[in-house]
Amino acid sequence: MSTPPEHRDASSWAPPVQRLTASDGHINVTGRRPTAPMNGFGRMWQKTYRTPVGDASELAPEQVIAAWKERFSEFWPAGNRFFAPLAGIAPGEVAALDLAMPGGLKLSTGVLVLFADEESFTLMTPQGHMFAGWITFSAFVEEGSTYAQAQVLMRASDPLYEVGMSLGGHRQEDAHWMHTIASLAAHFGAGAPVEVQSVCVDRRRQWSRAGNVWHNAGIRSGLHMVSAPIRMMSRPFARGAKA
Amino acid sequence: MSDTASQLQVRTPAPGIAVIEIAGEVTRDSDAALKEAYDQAAEGARAIVLGFDSLEYMNSSGIGLLVTLLVRAQRNRQQILAYGLSDHYRQIFELTRLDEVIAIHDSEAAAIAAAG
Repeated sequence: MSTPPEHRDASSWAPPVQRLTASDGHINVTGRRPTAPMNGFGRMWQKTYRTPVGDASELAPEQVIAAWKERFSEFWPAGNRFFAPLAGIAPGEVAALDLAMPGGLKLSTGVLVLFADEESFTLMTPQGHMFAGWITFSAFVEEGSTYAQAQVLMRASDPLYEVGMSLGGHRQEDAHWMHTIASLAAHFGAGAPVEVQSVCVDRRRQWSRAGNVWHNAGIRSGLHMVSAPIRMMSRPFARGAKA
Repeated sequence: MSDTASQLQVRTPAPGIAVIEIAGEVTRDSDAALKEAYDQAAEGARAIVLGFDSLEYMNSSGIGLLVTLLVRAQRNRQQILAYGLSDHYRQIFELTRLDEVIAIHDSEAAAIAAAG
């Protein structure tokens, strides 16, 4: 096969990866495979959240994306943590997440930076995350205004998450990204309402993927939390531990 | 970014098999064109072959459009195959796990033969 000229998008995509590695050992990330919407269980949804953030003559899309990458976690609702990679939001980097769940629980997972350029970046989820798929953050000009947009394309990863989506999960997700987009807009001095569009792309559930529940990060995070006292007590008895 | 928009051409090289040749870019702006090409190709087709020989640029929004095209084809019980992917785009298909649901071939002839 001949060598083709390098594609313009070559440096914007993550390098090939089979399994993720979290640099800080965050649970539910290392060893997990990235998951696309086709790998999930539940109905496939495309959700779009967008708002104008400024006049296009004064604010370029590149400026919006640069600020969004730099301050990504600052725009999130309180209680949710995004541990930015040391190299920032760049193709191939892996970020850990701690997400607030009902009942005061914490779900630990992560994301892979699948794609990043000056006008957009995309995060792809790993096995065990609530969603199998990705979310693209972009900025573009439309009718004289610069818009910021987050667009999710995903299925719930397993049957438990799918039940959770219908019991308030969709509302929670909408609230998360509406808050994020509104915070970003406020950063630029804008305050228009966030437009939301939800489309069920595929109503079918993929029962062949029900086994994804084995990786459920919610369950694993809970087990990790309740086993913390046991791990603490076993430390003095660990091999090589000093008296 | 280049001004090269999506250029899509639909052909029917064999009964029940349609080819969508994709040239230029595949981005969020390709949505309408891709839908229109699929609607044209889908009539009477049991298999749709995507040709990527002349693909110059694709971002993650473009990959998302391929996923939704795939869903439409699956709903219509149509097989989706691909050919002409450069090494770079083959890697993208592997990274996004599209290669698990879209059979990739080295040539149009091979893809059409596989479509049976």
